[in-house]
Amino acid sequence: MSEAGFDGGTAAIRYNFAYLDEQTKRSIRRAILKAVAIPGYQVPFASREMPMPFGWGTGGVQVTASVLGPDDVLKVIDQGADDTTNAVAIRGFFARTAGIATTTRTAEATIIQTRHRIPEEPLRAGQILVYQVPIPEPLRFLEPRETETRRLHALNEYGLLYVKLYEDIAKHGHVATTYAYPVLVAGRYIMDPSPIPKFDNPKMDMSPALQLFGAGRERRIYAVPPYTPVRSLDFEDHPFRVQEFTEPCGLCGSRGVYLDEVVLDDRGGRLFMCSDTDHCEAVRAGKGAAAEASW
Amino acid sequence: MTGEPLLAATGVTRLYGDHIGCIDIDLAVWPGEVVAIVGESGSGKTTLLKCLAARLPPSSGTITYRSRDGAAEDIYRLSEAARRALMRTDWGFVWQDAAEGLRMTVSAGANVGERLMATGARHYGRIRSAAVDWLERVEIDARRIDDDPRSFSGGMRQRLQIARNLVTGPRLVFMDEPTGGLDVSVQARLLDLLGTLVRELGLAAILVTHDLAVARLLSDRIVVMKEGRIVETGLTDRVLDDPSHPYSQLLVSSVLQA
Repeated sequence: MSEAGFDGGTAAIRYNFAYLDEQTKRSIRRAILKAVAIPGYQVPFASREMPMPFGWGTGGVQVTASVLGPDDVLKVIDQGADDTTNAVAIRGFFARTAGIATTTRTAEATIIQTRHRIPEEPLRAGQILVYQVPIPEPLRFLEPRETETRRLHALNEYGLLYVKLYEDIAKHGHVATTYAYPVLVAGRYIMDPSPIPKFDNPKMDMSPALQLFGAGRERRIYAVPPYTPVRSLDFEDHPFRVQEFTEPCGLCGSRGVYLDEVVLDDRGGRLFMCSDTDHCEAVRAGKGAAAEASW
Repeated sequence: MTGEPLLAATGVTRLYGDHIGCIDIDLAVWPGEVVAIVGESGSGKTTLLKCLAARLPPSSGTITYRSRDGAAEDIYRLSEAARRALMRTDWGFVWQDAAEGLRMTVSAGANVGERLMATGARHYGRIRSAAVDWLERVEIDARRIDDDPRSFSGGMRQRLQIARNLVTGPRLVFMDEPTGGLDVSVQARLLDLLGTLVRELGLAAILVTHDLAVARLLSDRIVVMKEGRIVETGLTDRVLDDPSHPYSQLLVSSVLQA
């Protein structure tokens, strides 16, 4: 990767291409390679201070910076939307520090950094989906000791996660976990898919795209390589199910997509609309994308 | 005693720096046998129990366990995965303080079901019916299945702990003062239940207690410890009715005859 030496606006400050120095990017790439080699395993990495607070996607930003090349086209979404603060800020960050092209179109992007959604449009081979992860450890709220959770992963002892599902069914009659729903990757490691709605879990299974997960504060990187089986945990008599919506999107009429509920006024007016803004716009413009997502 | 012992300790010593935990212990437990370890506080009972239960490596000596396939293996030479698998399938551990043995923040049903789920059960209905069955066997109202153990009385917590351990059909159960801290009527009921379950299931058990009445009710054999050493061992009734070591005599004579 060349040193693009981009002028970040102030003549005195010259950022390296994509902000991080080359040695840092190299160390992060090594962590990514290890993560790809052991699907679902959390690889520790030397997370850097970034010019944004932890919790704003510093893990995802470092992963994106490490895999970004001058010819890449970057899309950034936050809860499915291209136009929210987090998405706009990170897109602007890479446009300034790397001078790369950005897009809001899923099909045009080579790298998509995401917070809490997977785009409705199926990803293709060659694309990289980078997730921002707040808490990488699926066992965290069940077992507080990090030494113990690592041992449980190492020894493949995942009974505790089923205790959680059991409790959900006992208390609510169904599995009430709706986001950050744990998945078994390649039949070995159980992984927190980041707080995506469980609606998106099936999209991870055998996806042709490379999926990378970065947790900046917790200093962990993990990955799902292309065409890897990803199974959501369930019981034989309570199989995994995704959320279902009775109404179509109020703006574009799509069905079978994930919807956000928007309060319109103080008299109970509500609108259900696509959480994926690009998908919604594409459908409304009648361009390319099919009216019904295939999921 | 015929056949091979289930668990055998040879020359087990555990030191804490210069302090003595237990010294040069030889002890064997046969299938279906209940052995009580008695002695005063600080005599090394609990240290020995932890060594035997693979929770505290001894400073020297070996402990072998005969698994279901008949092979006797040194429990501290097993891989960690194999040792942990043993602890959640073939063994049980009943703590004096139920909070150590239970998950206090999840329901009673999940507490009982955890070992099943840890060993691969993935059918909610079957896990739940096993939990109901075991709650009834330990005399806990099955309607309490979705309550968490924080709302249970001390005696109920102990019984829940027992159910949680026995659900995988273990062959050997370790108990550290299982009736400690319970009032006498609750103790009596728990002892009655334990005695019934142990006989019904043909469990082997190693029971640590300072209460000779508990030992009398539950155990076949007694081991008397003093200052880290075994001073006397024998059939329960023999040791309690006709103690030979001066310390055992003192121990037996210090109990009020009811």
